[in-house]
Amino acid sequence: MLLIPCPWCGPRDESEFRYGGEAHIGAPANPGSLSDADWADYLFMRNNPKGWFRERWMHAQGCRRWFNAVRHTVSNEIAAVYRMGEPPPPAPGPGREGET
Amino acid sequence: MSGAFRLAAGGRIDRAAPLRFRFDGRPYEGLKGDTLASALLANGMHLVGRSLKYHRPRGIVAAGADEPNAIVQVGEGAWTQPNARATEVELYDGLVARNVTAWPGVGFDLGAAASLLSPLLVAGFYYKTFMAPGRWWRRLYEPALRRMAGLGRAPAAPDPDVYDKRHAHADVLVVGAGPAGLAAALAAARTGARVMLADEQAEFGGALLSEGDEIDGRPALEWVGRAAAELASLPEVVPLPRATVFGYYDHNYLAIAERRADHLGPGAPPGLARRRLWRVRARRVVLATGAHERPLVFADNDRPGVMLASAVRAYLNRYAVAPGRRAVVFTNNDDAYRTAFDLADAGIELAAVVDARSHPAGERVGEARRRGIEVLAGSALTGTRGRRRVAAVEVRRLDPGGSAVEGPARTLACDLVAVSGGWSPAVHLFSQSQGTLRFDEARACFVPDRAAQAVRPAGAANGTFTLAGCLAEGLAAGAAAARLAGFGDGTAPPAPLVRTARDGPIRPLWFVPSGRPAARDGGRHFVDLQADVTAADIRLAAREGLDSVEHVKRYTAAGMGTDQGKTANVNALALLSQAVGRPIAGTGTTTFRPPYTPVGFGLLAGRDRGELFDPVRVTPMHAWHVAHGAVFEDVGQWKRPLYYPRAGEDMAAAVARECRAARGGVAALDATTLGKIDIRGPDAAAFLDRVYTNAWARLGLGQCRYGMMCGQDGMVLDDGVTTRLAPDRFLMTTTTGNAARVLDWLEEWLQTEWPGLRVYCTSVTEQWATVAIVGPRAREVLGPLAPGLALDNEGFPFMTLREAEVAGIPARVFRISFTGELSFEVNVPAWHGLALWEAVMRAGEPFGITPYGTEAMHVLRAEKGFIIVGQETDGTVTPLDLGMDWIVSRTKDFIGKRSLLRPDASRPDRKQLVGLLPEDPGEVLPEGAQLVAARPARAIGLKAGRPIPMIGHVTSSYSSAALGRSFALALVKGGRGRIGATVYAPLVGRTLAARIVEPVFYDREGKRRNG
Ligand SMILES: [Zn+2]
Repeated sequence: MLLIPCPWCGPRDESEFRYGGEAHIGAPANPGSLSDADWADYLFMRNNPKGWFRERWMHAQGCRRWFNAVRHTVSNEIAAVYRMGEPPPPAPGPGREGET
Repeated sequence: MSGAFRLAAGGRIDRAAPLRFRFDGRPYEGLKGDTLASALLANGMHLVGRSLKYHRPRGIVAAGADEPNAIVQVGEGAWTQPNARATEVELYDGLVARNVTAWPGVGFDLGAAASLLSPLLVAGFYYKTFMAPGRWWRRLYEPALRRMAGLGRAPAAPDPDVYDKRHAHADVLVVGAGPAGLAAALAAARTGARVMLADEQAEFGGALLSEGDEIDGRPALEWVGRAAAELASLPEVVPLPRATVFGYYDHNYLAIAERRADHLGPGAPPGLARRRLWRVRARRVVLATGAHERPLVFADNDRPGVMLASAVRAYLNRYAVAPGRRAVVFTNNDDAYRTAFDLADAGIELAAVVDARSHPAGERVGEARRRGIEVLAGSALTGTRGRRRVAAVEVRRLDPGGSAVEGPARTLACDLVAVSGGWSPAVHLFSQSQGTLRFDEARACFVPDRAAQAVRPAGAANGTFTLAGCLAEGLAAGAAAARLAGFGDGTAPPAPLVRTARDGPIRPLWFVPSGRPAARDGGRHFVDLQADVTAADIRLAAREGLDSVEHVKRYTAAGMGTDQGKTANVNALALLSQAVGRPIAGTGTTTFRPPYTPVGFGLLAGRDRGELFDPVRVTPMHAWHVAHGAVFEDVGQWKRPLYYPRAGEDMAAAVARECRAARGGVAALDATTLGKIDIRGPDAAAFLDRVYTNAWARLGLGQCRYGMMCGQDGMVLDDGVTTRLAPDRFLMTTTTGNAARVLDWLEEWLQTEWPGLRVYCTSVTEQWATVAIVGPRAREVLGPLAPGLALDNEGFPFMTLREAEVAGIPARVFRISFTGELSFEVNVPAWHGLALWEAVMRAGEPFGITPYGTEAMHVLRAEKGFIIVGQETDGTVTPLDLGMDWIVSRTKDFIGKRSLLRPDASRPDRKQLVGLLPEDPGEVLPEGAQLVAARPARAIGLKAGRPIPMIGHVTSSYSSAALGRSFALALVKGGRGRIGATVYAPLVGRTLAARIVEPVFYDREGKRRNG
């Protein structure tokens, strides 16, 4: 159960949120100009990195706001959250491991 | 008398409180403070089960959560719990338990049958034995596997107990209340931090409860008592005995199973929750989870009477039970000498200490020799004898390399063998938290390495096995955890004084040769007692090429029992390392997963069962439906009337009557559950243009329009009628089950893609109650109720909205139709819903107004070929597939449009919506039935025939009163080109034929909606 810091409400349990996949995949302004392959690429292809990942979340059981988070897909550490439309923060260093 | 093996003095049991209990049907007596295991041992009962595969007799091995053999079912009838460890079951008066491993019974020796089967049960038997022949499956494998797969029996009746859940936040959560955990909790609590201390046992103290240690020159339990009392006195401390931390999840989220009434049995006070699930978010965690002793892997090491050395001490010291009359200690380390001393002190005859080390020289070894205990150094047990209990062991000299034994065998008579192969820190929770482990060669065990969360191990869980070390590490960990959580300066309180014996080094010994030829040795060296896995199994797996510990685990089943191999895992992976010639550090461990010990479903369900399992939503008219005998169906969380049977009517008759009323007279539907979203803002119309496939900008005020939404993939997402209430305001309706999803969808686009659009969406589903008045006589019912409202076609045209008073209630009246009949949908504030419904039913009485349910609604709409999203569509269907090209705008862009332009969307062989008329008008095709183009040569059955290409399936199918026959809707490949063709639905034992027709069956001209 992740503890996700909603930029509007503060830290809340993961069960209050809906996941929205990779962030910063803007819908094409003019889909009609895209080839079938490019359209399929936009529609279906997403990155699935081992490491830091910018992704979308929605606080479904709270403020119902969409926002972005930078999460490490191995450690689940959340390095930053930021509101829709805000620029992504610089990529964090390697994931935190060991805090004994 | 609480058993012939009860010692005359000592122990933490109450000799004045005898308790009666039954095991496997026989009566016994124990004492308050006993576990089921200690009480059985006090009665001389070692044999408590039979092994899984080979049916060998098995006895109590451990004294705690690591017990592999003594798995019992506690309680009877509905009040029963499977898979409990007898070593953790606190005795109460009247306890009833039986073993779950012995089939047909502990005493019955299956002997011949088991050895007959044993060649089939080698490593990988799941994969090898059960391949063939097929007919063996039903007769032999399945019954055998079923018995083997589940150790206990699930109760057949509902659980009579109550279970609670609590959520908690802690600054410091300390897991384990042994010396390290108590010290950590004290150090953290004294800073004022909120501390939780959870321990799986009934009282705090951990291993100190079972040992004769001293702290500050006094019995260690005095220090335990003071520590527990101080913790209990601090207001910010939550002490949780009988509480097993079973899961360590992300972001320091831990789950605890607290047993509140198990130890009271079925006689617990009513209302007391039997167990409580704690979900704790902790700033810092200290893991003081202790360590598990490892058995040594020698021939016939599974005979009852062979126990862990530390368990023997626990039974002697804590429970005042003599686990035998004459003992042998077999060890590779100094720690087990404590068992020899405690046995001797209890007056139990000690045959010898067999020490695998050639020249053991620790302080305790010297003391043993001084006491006159015979120490057989450089020796090993090469076998045991005895029928249902060990009667003798065989000792031979171990060669210096440990790979062979030599010299003559010496036989020692004994009924108890105390074994120690060293200690394994209980790293389960640390590993669950994603922390890494490291193999420590000197201590011959895996210890925590790097933490991945805000956690710190302390004491034996960290590989620190001395009492002084545990106390010091615990104090330091507690103080540091508090400081990191914002309390205190991190200074550890001074450690109490403890004398530490100067121990010699351990000699790792993962396999004890028995003197047989090496290639044939190991078949009776048991590594995992619960899964019945031998050293030979591990080696066979390695020979067959499985060199990953995760593969070997699955292939041999080692570590896959309900004990998760607590006593077995390290031995198994060490044997694998030896077999493949690789250091243990390179083999690594298997993944530790929750739960640490089995958790009952009742605890996880808590109060969320029965009516509380899922919220139930009802409309304001629900009470009327109940009072009028409606049969309900679940639509999402909603309860909707399915039909209203009259006396003597079955469903078909009731639905036919309801349909006839709607088509021929007047009928009423509670349509409240339809999703309703209020969409406001200057850009509302532009927004609808983007989310719907059709155009909205020019929709007039008070006009309604049917709309369809697609996902970005062009597949139908939802549909419904939306009405313009004001220039900047619309009321959207959605499918009942889709309302929340559609709101999410709209908000996602507004927030993430089109933040510039000035539009706000509000769910108003619950704010409005809706009554649909349907049928040619609808005007006669509504007219008197709404005298100010013109109802004729000119004054109130189809697909428009009027605001009016209906039955004196301010209402929105929509002239829309989901049946094809003249229809008014009257919406009033939900509070007035029942009043409106009752007024409509009164006003309609002279016309025979008939309430109808969702089944009639479905029949009526299907007769008109109206689709239902989720029934005619399944996420692979486009508006074009439904023949609804007219709703797809060619001029504007909308969500999903680009996908509809892909060549695939216009493939001629896509499944398309068609109607079906069965050849036999009395046959209703089953919904979901697959359709084929040609009549199969013979009826399909359970025997496989030639595959037949499927060209589609039935989506909706009913018997129609209006048509006087059955009909169906279906999705058929290239269906529109097959109109007039016959398709076949092969069912088990028969095949139904049907003709493909246009998907509109009734009133194709659409005249009836005007009345
Ligand atoms: Zn929020």
